[in-house]
Formats: sequence, structure tokens, C-alpha cells
Amino acid sequence: MSLHDKDRIFTNLYGYQPWNLKAAQKRGDWDNTKALLARGRDAIVEEIKASGLRGRGGAGFPTGLKWSFIPKEPNPERPSFLVINADESEPGSCKDREIIRHDPHKLIEGALVAGFAMGARAAYIYIRGEYIREAETLFSAVQEAYVAGLIGKNACKSGYDFDVFVHRGAGAYICGEETAMIESLEGKKGQPRLKPPFPAGAGLYGCPTTVNNVESIAVAPTILRRGAGWFSSFGRDGNKGTKLFQISGHVDKPCVVEEEMSIPFHELIEKHCGGIRGGRDNLLAVIPGGSSVPLVPADQIWDAPMDFDGLKAVGSGLGTAAVIVMDKSTDIVRAIARLSYFYKHESCGQCTPCREGTGWMWRVMERLRTGDADVSEIDMLQQVTKQVEGHTICALGDAAAWPIQGLIKHFRPEIERRIAENVREAAE
Amino acid sequence: MPKVTVDGIELEVPAGATVLQACELAGKEIPRFCYHERLSIAGNCRMCLVEVAPGPPKPQASCALPAAEGQIIKTDSPMVKQAREGVMEFLLINHPLDCPICDQGGECDLQDQSVAYGRGTSRTHEHKRAVTEKYMGPLIKTAMTRCIHCTRCVRFSEEIAGVDEIGALYRGEAMQITTYLERAASHEMSANVIDLCPVGALTSRPYAFEARPWELKKTLSIDVSDACGANIRLDARGREVLRILPRINDDVNEEWISDKARFQVDGLTRRRLDKPWLRKNGKLVAATWDEAFAAIAKVKPGKSIAAVAGDMVDCETMFAAKALLGALGSDLLEGRQTGLDYDCSNLAAVSFNSTFSGIETADAVLIVGSHIRWEAPLVMPRLRKAVKRGAKLFVVGPEWETTVPTMFLGADLSVLDKLPKDVSDALSSAERPAVILGGAGLAKGALGAVVALSAKFKLVRDDWNGFNVLHMAASRMGGLMLGYAQQGGVADLIAAKPKLLLSLGADEVDYAKFADSIIVYVGHHGDKGAHAADVILPAAAFTEKAGTYVNTEGRVQFADKATFAPGDAREDWTILRALADALGVSVGFDSFDALRSAMIKAVPALGVEGLANYGALPKAGKSKASGTIEGYPIKDFYLTNPIARASETMQRCSAELLHGESFAEAAE
Repeated sequence: MSLHDKDRIFTNLYGYQPWNLKAAQKRGDWDNTKALLARGRDAIVEEIKASGLRGRGGAGFPTGLKWSFIPKEPNPERPSFLVINADESEPGSCKDREIIRHDPHKLIEGALVAGFAMGARAAYIYIRGEYIREAETLFSAVQEAYVAGLIGKNACKSGYDFDVFVHRGAGAYICGEETAMIESLEGKKGQPRLKPPFPAGAGLYGCPTTVNNVESIAVAPTILRRGAGWFSSFGRDGNKGTKLFQISGHVDKPCVVEEEMSIPFHELIEKHCGGIRGGRDNLLAVIPGGSSVPLVPADQIWDAPMDFDGLKAVGSGLGTAAVIVMDKSTDIVRAIARLSYFYKHESCGQCTPCREGTGWMWRVMERLRTGDADVSEIDMLQQVTKQVEGHTICALGDAAAWPIQGLIKHFRPEIERRIAENVREAAE
Repeated sequence: MPKVTVDGIELEVPAGATVLQACELAGKEIPRFCYHERLSIAGNCRMCLVEVAPGPPKPQASCALPAAEGQIIKTDSPMVKQAREGVMEFLLINHPLDCPICDQGGECDLQDQSVAYGRGTSRTHEHKRAVTEKYMGPLIKTAMTRCIHCTRCVRFSEEIAGVDEIGALYRGEAMQITTYLERAASHEMSANVIDLCPVGALTSRPYAFEARPWELKKTLSIDVSDACGANIRLDARGREVLRILPRINDDVNEEWISDKARFQVDGLTRRRLDKPWLRKNGKLVAATWDEAFAAIAKVKPGKSIAAVAGDMVDCETMFAAKALLGALGSDLLEGRQTGLDYDCSNLAAVSFNSTFSGIETADAVLIVGSHIRWEAPLVMPRLRKAVKRGAKLFVVGPEWETTVPTMFLGADLSVLDKLPKDVSDALSSAERPAVILGGAGLAKGALGAVVALSAKFKLVRDDWNGFNVLHMAASRMGGLMLGYAQQGGVADLIAAKPKLLLSLGADEVDYAKFADSIIVYVGHHGDKGAHAADVILPAAAFTEKAGTYVNTEGRVQFADKATFAPGDAREDWTILRALADALGVSVGFDSFDALRSAMIKAVPALGVEGLANYGALPKAGKSKASGTIEGYPIKDFYLTNPIARASETMQRCSAELLHGESFAEAAE
């Protein structure tokens, strides 16, 4: 079970060919897009629904369903918008970067198709501030598409007017949260909004808005061309399709690779990354979906299918499929403490539990790292993470809490050992 | 009307209500910091979490969640208790434990709620965050280490004041609330953020370390700094009023007051007249009450007596003076000190008929010669609400910053006769059109023209009266009801050349024109009136006497007495009663109650709290407005009355906020 080259969607993932329009067209992008649009809005949405595509940004919400929330009858005073989330800031994630760097036309074509399917007036691509070269590529690619008449007025001669705007972020992780992204696009401080109202009802400038991940949008044209049946032939039920996995950390060859969903962890690692550094026995733990999901210890992850439900079963999540592999040389407490610092640094400061809790959690983590703590503080920290989780406006609070909960769940003896050693040292 | 269940109590709540409101209707207390009835919902403090079914299996912020049919809300479940304890613990980990030196102590939401909902002990051993002080101007003292980031102040300044003065910098733990570039907050209602702040981060600078709330005697009163009649509370300790706070009255001031109303309070102890003075050989010398009354009796004015009422006097004082003059056979009464002579024969034509809460619902408003933000700061938030709902705003007069989209039609009043098409279209197509005529318009004789406009655009309809005159003096409407208006204004008094001119705290009159009269000044501050007086009789300021005030809407309101007047000063009515004896006449009352009932007998409306009924507008005559409004009557918002002029705080506000002087901050 593995993905054949003929079934890859991202055929230029490694940049062996140029990214430009001509090369992209040779790879099949923008191939009779007019005909795709001619199928009509409902047919496109139904096709995406049938393909079983789930959002690739982390939450895994069915993409077709999301598109269908947008009002059918466009109100000229309140047009609909598509916002494409390219603010890829999750530590470990780098798939959107590769897409934009080497295959930007897949994204732009996807924007048109998705935008058409939901009757959107325009798409805003919010690209991470640190992606400077990628933003340049994207700007040029959008320009190319405009010049070729693929987007803009009468896009692809379909009679549909559709604009694509690229907006650069300023380097805030929280702007990857959909409502914070909308605030930021509107020129305000990037802080998540209260929900309800959801963006589908009142989003960008108060208009119906869909926010989608880059990968979700970029795969849409290929799904339409090759059919929902083809896409859903990969992966287990409820976890269909192919997915970009980004493997980093202690493997021989870290890489970004397109694979089918539900591939077992060991197969993914051994086939594409040359295995764990030092062999299977040297594996300590894996963070399978980017920094905000709990880690999974070696014995549980080894055979786990890499998909939404499979990883949920081992107490973690697929997230963005940014697989962070840690071998036994890792100071696991320090690693999680560093993630805690990240969340403390990136908390927007709007709501209380996250603003105050992330700082507290990080400080306790730092002391646990050196063992300068009391054993009872492990339980206290666990309680604090529970006090943050589920009490905040957006999911950043949860994201800050989960890695620590994973650590305490699986590595409590390690933390206790450090505290005991520290006490012994102090006594000597 | 969704039906919900709160802790087992089933009730129907109004459509559009939030879960928090539903809980309150059920009599449940929901702790909150960021939620405020008059501001937009932020949902960021997370203190108001409750358990709601159906919904996700986690507590929900009740302030932001719409109440829906069939919801089962729990406010006392273990999950809710735990959530509240958790949030309270988070709020306190970076909040300094400096309650003993914090001015908010005793009236602090955080203090109260941590007692009610917090844990007894602390579990943190980390260092607390410290934030540098932010300069917010002469009125607001900051201690931003105490800030809990509820953003009420930010939302007030954006939504109510309409200026982007206060905002948040940085993010996460490092988030700080500050003014832009740490400039002074200069909006004329900026100090309301002090009341809004649930902790001691924003406190009153002039009142810093003055008193604890439980030491203060609270008296209900009415503000006299403008004609809005804001409902206030006087907090006094001993003989001194230490601070003034707004009271909630949705019809008048909602829960705001202007900075002048709040901070002129220190003027009550400065430059006070505390003994009688007599002018001898051109110089004022201190005297006794007997000497002063003897000197007045010697004038023997007979019928040749006139009275001018100041801007801050109460109706009882004006009625007592009217009774005195009446007993002497004179009716030369005037209150419009600066010489205005508009027609007062019909009071409906000189009052704010839409009412303040009504003007919120107007859908087209034409302002003629009024700088609303300075002349009636409390009306501006109402107009902002109207504009937010889609009303169009037009202004005739020099431009001023309205904080809302406005079309200025120039300063030439002749525009009223031939309004531009979009203005007349807006007014004639509006369902609730309104005109507001201000002091500058009255001064240029625009009243007749505006009455004519009212007829043309049918400002008065079955359930709507859009004809408004906006006054600036707290005593104005009361004075007009009591007949303090001559046909020709103050000029009539000058022409009558009275032997004796009784000045009731009138400080804006041009006394040079009364050079031949003996001027008796009954007032409380050594201001312009006292300088021109021949006899000074020290009286009580508005905090030192009970009184009736009528605001520009014609709303009759009563104020109570908080403290005693200083030194030999007496309440005004007792002075006038004694003066009657000195002049050998009888005024028919010997007590305040008798005075008040005599006044109510003469003008029954003054006895009923609430809007007086002035009847219908007069028929429009042929009147054309002409002339150009060169400027507005108020040149300096902070120094419009004798109390404010005596106030160091107001002087500093004037110098710093209006004249750009900078004040070096003393190092602490």
C-alpha cells in the first residue's frame, strides 16, 4: 500500500521543474478550467463532498460541507469571500510553503474553482510574513494568471469575475486562526473573534466568508478532474485522499512527501525518510501533527495509521501532518518546554486563560526541565492545562495545553526523576 | 421569545437576549469583568462561563452566547465553579497584591469577585508581570500592572467617545493598554473609563489617595456644568465633596458624565466667598452680614430693582428672587446673561423636544450653530448611536470634529432658506427628522427660521417631535419657566437703569453696562460677578443646597444637599429671605418647604419630577435667517463656569489639552 507516482497531485513538490504558468500548464494545471466551472456550483460542491476531502489545516472539517454553508443567492451588498490560509506557522509544518514555492498555480486555480463553487467575489490569500520568497513567487504567479486571463474579469472565459489578492502577514502565529486572520485582513489587531457568528455568516468585512487551508484548496481542481471516486480510493473511511506529510526531526532524511492517508507510521518513515536515526529501538516519541497535538510514545505510534481517526485513537491528532520525530537523545521535557515558550510568545493576549495560563505553564515547564520543582507541581500543572483547555475564545489555548498533557501522560516518571535528582543534588 | 431553563427555573427571555441576560432575569448573579451593558461584547475575560446544554461539553461565555429555545443553563454546577475559580486564579497570578495602596480598594470588581468566586490560596510561585506606567493625561491615573485587559476602556473610547485614543499594544502576557504614543486622553468624556475600569488600573488622578469609598457620604444630585442635567452622586467626607460620580439614568446621561462635571469638584473649595464684602472707596472690604444688609437697605431701591440669574442657580433661588422683586413691584428678571433675546413666549419652541433618548432614533439631524461636544457632551453619544443606525448628520456653523460622518453646510445661516437638495431630501424623506438649534444659532436670531423649517419638514408628527433647542446653562429652562426672560433680553434691564441689580451668581454679564446700579452679588465664587459687585453676599454652591433643576429637555430633577457652605456663606434662599426683611417687604415664605410649595403653586410643573409639558410649537411666521456664525459661544470647554475656573484640575486640562502646554511629570 503506497502511492504511485501517477496518483500524485503535487507533481512538482520538489521544484524539479519551474513554478511558472507555462510549466504548470504542462503539468496539467489550468487545463480547461472553463469546463470545470461549467459543471456549475452545486456539482462542484457535491463532487468535493463525495471525495471525502477533510480540511488540511488541522481541524479536519469536511471541505465540501464548509463550502455549502455559503448563501446560495449572492447579495450584491454583501458578497461572499474566500480566504485562503497560508499563514503556516505551526512548528513542524511546511507543506504550504512547498506548494506555494513550486506549484503556486495549483493554489490559484483551486482558488478560482473553490471561489466559483461558493459564489465568492474574490479570494484573499493570507501568506505568512516570514515567507518572503514564497510571497514573491505567489505575487508573480497571480500576476501571470491575471495576464493570461485565467482570473480577473471573465476568468478563464467562463463569464465569472473573480479576483485573487495576496496579503502578507506580519509574523503572528495567531493570525492562522481563521477569525484572527479575518481581523488581520481588515487591518486590525490579529485577535480571534467570538463565535457565533461564524465566518460563513459574517466574516471578512461582515460578509459570508470561507476560510480554507492552502492544501485543501490546491487539491480541489485535481479532484474535479480525476473524480471523487479516484480521490476517495485512498485512505480509510472518513479519512480519504492523499496528504502532504512533513517529516522532521530524528530521521535519516527529513522530507515533505505526498502519501495516501492512513499509511502506517513506520511505513511512512521507512519508505520516505530512511528510517529512524539509530533504528526503531532508538525512537522515543513522535509529535504526529505539528506542535499543538500531544506527543505519542514510540510503542504506540509505530503501527498507527496516519490519519485523523487513527491518531485520535492514540490520544493525539493528525493536525497538519507535520510529523516531528524524536529519538532517545531528545531532552523531551526541554522540547515541550520550548513549545510552551512558543505558545506563551504567540498568545494574542485577548482572553484571560490563555494570556495568563501560557506564561504560567511555560515557567513551570522551565522548572520541571531542571527539576527545580516539587512533585506536587506536576499535578498542579496538569490542572492548569485543564483550566486553560476549553475556556478560551480560540483553539490556541487548547493547543498550548495539549503538548504538556501529552508529556505528563507519557513521561511523568522522567519528570519525577529530574525532581528527585535535583533534590539529591541540592542535599549534597 | 425563547424559553430557557436556568438552574431549574424556567423562564421566557426577550428575543435577542444573551445567556447572561437570561441568567440575570432568573435572578442569578453572573460574575464578569469585560461585559458591560453599554459597550460591545468582547467575551475576553472568561469570567461569565456557564454550562449550557445543548452545546459543546465545555463551559460557554454567557455574555456572548445568544439565548435559544430550550437551552438548559447551569450557573452553579461543579464545572462552572471550577471554571470560575480557574479564571480568577489566572487573573490574579499577574495582578499585584497592592490593594492596601490601591484607590480602587472597596469598590473593586476583582476584589469582590475574588472573595466570591476565587480560591482561598495561591498556587503560583512565579514572578509577577510589571508594566510601566502610562501617561493618560491630567485626569486618568494609571497603574497598568493592575490591568486585567478587559478592554472596556478601549471599547468606550472607540464606541462611545468615537475617538481612537486608547488601544492595546503587544500581545500575550506583554499586552499593554495605553493611549496612542502615551498622549493625554483629550476627549471631553474620557474620564468615564475610570468608572468602567473593573480594577485599579485606571483611577482618578485628582482624587488619588484622597479617601476610601466607605468613608464617604453619598448624596444624589444633578450636574450643573451644562444644561443636560446629568444625574450625579456627590461623595463627601466631612465638609468637603471629594468626588463626583455619574448615576445611571437612561433618559439623561445613561451612565456617563463629562470630565468637567466630574472634575470641577476641586473648584468647590477654592476661591470661595466665605464672608460678606462691601465696596468702600472703590475697594472691597470684609464685612458682617448686618453691615451688608444695612448697606443694601440704604439704597432704598423701591421698584427700581432687577435680577440676573447665573447659569448654575436652582429654581428655588430664582423663585425666591422673583418673589422679592415682586414684593418690591419689579419684574425685571433675566437669565440669559450674554444678551440673547430669542422669543420665549412659547417654551416648546426653546426646549429639546425629542429628548435625549429620543434623538437616538432620529434618522436625519440638522444641527444649527451648536458645537455639541462642548455644549452638551452627553448628547454626542446619542447622536453617534443615531448615526450608527443610519441617520444622516448635517451641521450649519464652523466645522468641528463630530466623530461621525457629517456634512458641513457652511457657517452662513442663509443656507437654512435654501437647503442643498440632498439635505432637504434627507429631511423630507426621513421618518424621524430632527433639528438641533444651539447657542450660536440663537445668538444670530435663527430661532424663527428653524421654527419655519420645522413646519416645512413636519418635524412634529404624531409620535415624534424633532424640534430641539440645546441650551448650555443648567438654570436656563428653569429660569424661562419662572419668567427670567425679558423681551429684549439683558438690554431691557440696562435700559431700565435699576438702582439695585441683584446678581444671582451671574458671572457672564457685562457689568460695565450697569455702571450706575448698585450691584449685589449673591454667589459662591470670587469670579467676574464678585469683582464687579458693590455688595457680596456669600451663598452656597450647588452641592451645598437642595434644589430643583430643569434640563434642556424640560426635565425637572431634584438635587440634594451634600455639605454645608463654607464660613459665613448661607444657602441662597435664606439670603434672599433676609434681604426681604432688610428691604422691608414680605416674600411669603419662612422655610425651604414653604418656598418650594409657593414655587410649585406658581409653576406646578416644577413640582413633578420628569418632563414638563410645554404644549405645541408656535405657528411658523415668516422669518429668514441671515448672518454668519463666526464661532461657538464656548471658547474653552474646561472653563465655562466659576466653579470650573476655580478648579486647578480644570485649569490644567485647559492648559494641557486645549492649549498644548506640557507639564513635566514629577518623578515618584
